Amino acid sequence: MKLDNYMKRKESRQKAVEYNFAFLDESAKKEIRRKILKAVAVPGYQVPFASRELPIAKGWGTGGLQITLSIIGSGDVLKVIDQGCDGSVNAVNIKKFIGRVTGVKTTTVTREATIIQTRHRIPEERMSEDQILVLQVPFPEALRMVEPSELETRRMHGEADYSRMWLYLYEDIVRYSEISIGARYPVTVNGRYIMDPSPIPRWDIPKLNMADTIYIFGAGREKRIYAVPPHTKVEPLEFEDFKFRVEDFTGAACRRCGSADTFLDEIIDEVSGRRIYQCSDTGQCDLSNGKIS
Amino acid sequence: MMSLPVMKAEGLTKIYGIGCPVCRESTGPGYETNICRECGAVVACGDISFELYPDEVLGIVGESGSGKSTLVKLLYFDSEATHGAIYINDSADNVLSLSPFQKRRIRNSRMGMVYQNPHYGLRMEVTSGGNISERLIMAGWRNIAAMRARASYLLRKTEIPVLRIDEPPANFSGGEQQRVQISKALSNNPSILFLDEVTTGLDLSVQARVLDLIRALQSNLHLSVIVVSHDLGVIRLLTTRTMVMKYGRVVESGLTDQILEDPQHHYTQLLVSSQL
Ligand SMILES: Nc1ncnc2c1ncn2[C@@H]1O[C@H](COP(=O)(O)OP(=O)(O)OP(=O)(O)O)[C@@H](O)[C@H]1O
Ligand SMILES: [Mg+2]
Ligand SMILES: [Zn+2]
Repeated sequence: MKLDNYMKRKESRQKAVEYNFAFLDESAKKEIRRKILKAVAVPGYQVPFASRELPIAKGWGTGGLQITLSIIGSGDVLKVIDQGCDGSVNAVNIKKFIGRVTGVKTTTVTREATIIQTRHRIPEERMSEDQILVLQVPFPEALRMVEPSELETRRMHGEADYSRMWLYLYEDIVRYSEISIGARYPVTVNGRYIMDPSPIPRWDIPKLNMADTIYIFGAGREKRIYAVPPHTKVEPLEFEDFKFRVEDFTGAACRRCGSADTFLDEIIDEVSGRRIYQCSDTGQCDLSNGKIS
Repeated sequence: MMSLPVMKAEGLTKIYGIGCPVCRESTGPGYETNICRECGAVVACGDISFELYPDEVLGIVGESGSGKSTLVKLLYFDSEATHGAIYINDSADNVLSLSPFQKRRIRNSRMGMVYQNPHYGLRMEVTSGGNISERLIMAGWRNIAAMRARASYLLRKTEIPVLRIDEPPANFSGGEQQRVQISKALSNNPSILFLDEVTTGLDLSVQARVLDLIRALQSNLHLSVIVVSHDLGVIRLLTTRTMVMKYGRVVESGLTDQILEDPQHHYTQLLVSSQL
């Protein structure tokens, strides 16, 4: 359904299409925007919100989607990626849906987008203060791996009682001689809350720190919104003698664009059986590859 | 001149149950029960006051169910008192009215606890080094090598082979687990240590070693210690002053030697004669 068709029908008072601009009704959007404001005011703190039903199953990005739908305006330009990829089925479906209920322009080029909704990656290109990154979150509670009870994790956050998280890292180091957490690496936001950055690779963690962009996180199934406002300190948990490290791609480069300074996906070449690499951020890769100018 | 107490308790009371106006006056040794006749609540501790001085070892003795463990749990903020006040050092602030966060800070920086049951004091699946480090982490330590050095030092002090630093206490014997608990309790150089029946359930020879260890640590580290036991032998060996509890009340207190030589309260007399 094109937006102009939708508007026409509305004008002709045909009530066949019952949804509002951006699908959610204004009161739902307002509630979510209020929760986003609270999340921005308390960086890293998980704000509960009343997650709405959407024509997409929970667990498929409905948290991120509700945030996008609540903040999007007709002048926005949207990019949607799934694990860095603009072309994946999930990304395309979400982009189509938002396009249909808003009529906004979409893009695959990071710098052209005003809103980027993403799962599992942050774009390689440094984003500006005019852009918003919306992250889909499956498990918002960073402390869940050490504490199953929600009541207890809330108390731990309330009292900044994080020793068990640190103990977990200590035990990890004793066992594996390094911190074995890959994606969902816990971070301290603004020196206060420990936050789950969503399953982005460690590679993306430094991009959260003192960024120009605002990051808004949405967990639909668990009904939580949290945020990292621009210019906020975000520090991965690390010890003085066991520092946080990003993934190491020494000696590897993208087979398409040749980049050696981006996060690379490892694939096995079907013909040769050899290990090959390619950019996880397809928009960035296309740009460097000259496919888009 | 007498120094100032490191800890002072006033009217500490713990009632399990809803409670009613006559709970306290209808329980205690005079009634031979800690259960309120009106409402059925358990007055586990009633109106307990005492002072603990620097370097002092204070004993708490009494039969099973007399409220000894409840009292140390109140002192360590494990359990919330129904009434009463606790003062630390010369502060005029009742620490029981502080926030949970502030209480935890006091507990982590000033106190150590060794529980009757090592399962309460240790994470059995976490390495012994990790168990000790947890308290260091709480105190802001963020250097693995420094924490391991401190844990190794404490394990040596408590006679656990340092080689076992990366083994979980689940693998350890009862006596070893108690010694890891002691290491953990001592990790932050506390000024007050609570020992709740540390030697109960251990073989006599292991008991003797743990008691020797506690004596050595206490005199080397300048600790104030509260020792809970129903064993008068342990009390005689470790403590200088003792409180005798029955049905949630202190029935007699004074110098340990005097209490054991010349018990005043009828119950203490029974206790002493039955254990000689
Ligand atoms: N959680 C609880 N709920 C109700 N009653 C309790 C609870 N904990 C303890 N009590 C009661 O409080 C009283 C004191 O118990 P406490 O464990 O302090 O005794 P104790 O002197 O340490 O005994 P023991 O020598 O057997 O360890 C007992 O009557 C006990 O049943
Ligand atoms: Mg007990
Ligand atoms: Zn009563």
